Amino acid sequence: MISLSTDSQFSHKIWNETELSKMVEGGIPWAMGSDQTGAIGTAYGVHDEEAGVNIRGRFLVDPDGVIVAMEVMTPPVGRNINEFIRQVKAYQHVRATGGAEVMPADWHPGDPTLKPGPDLVGNVWKVWKPKK
Amino acid sequence: MSEQPVKCVQPAGGLVEKAAPAAAAPETKQEVKMAPLARVGKPAPDFVANCYKGGKFGKVKLSDFRGHWVMVCFYPGDFTFV
Repeated sequence: MISLSTDSQFSHKIWNETELSKMVEGGIPWAMGSDQTGAIGTAYGVHDEEAGVNIRGRFLVDPDGVIVAMEVMTPPVGRNINEFIRQVKAYQHVRATGGAEVMPADWHPGDPTLKPGPDLVGNVWKVWKPKK
Repeated sequence: MSEQPVKCVQPAGGLVEKAAPAAAAPETKQEVKMAPLARVGKPAPDFVANCYKGGKFGKVKLSDFRGHWVMVCFYPGDFTFV
């Protein structure tokens, strides 16, 4: 986990000490990165030049260094970490099967997976139904 | 994170692979290097950033996490409300 904003690392320290450590026991455990030039945010498509900040964007990078998922949101709404964790588990499962199994919509660990092949074409409805 | 001496001003870091400066655009047909851009299914642009972690200051580099799943998370600013 790496977090990034256009604040300095000194600001990160004081934010962690005065506020975040009062919400998260022991404070933030990961590297809080500083992107003061916005160069990193620009490459990730989240830098707002007019405001001089990086908007909310999160990127899941697999063990090969490839981006497998991203979510970018405008500032006033916060994220849902449970959805991110669901995606991590799903991508880890795909990787563990070498891509032989894929995850249908709203898949959670323990749910049936899909095994793409000639027999599955037109038959997904038999093995997967929307949850109510 | 690699720990670094604390200075008032230090290089901000940024992308490891940068775009070639425009002035260097050659007259020959040599390929002009573009800055990397994040896309799903493509390699994540590598970067180095000054950072704070566990009471220490240092540098964090994305490619040092190869072999691990990584969440790279941008947010508007420290002390903002959401």
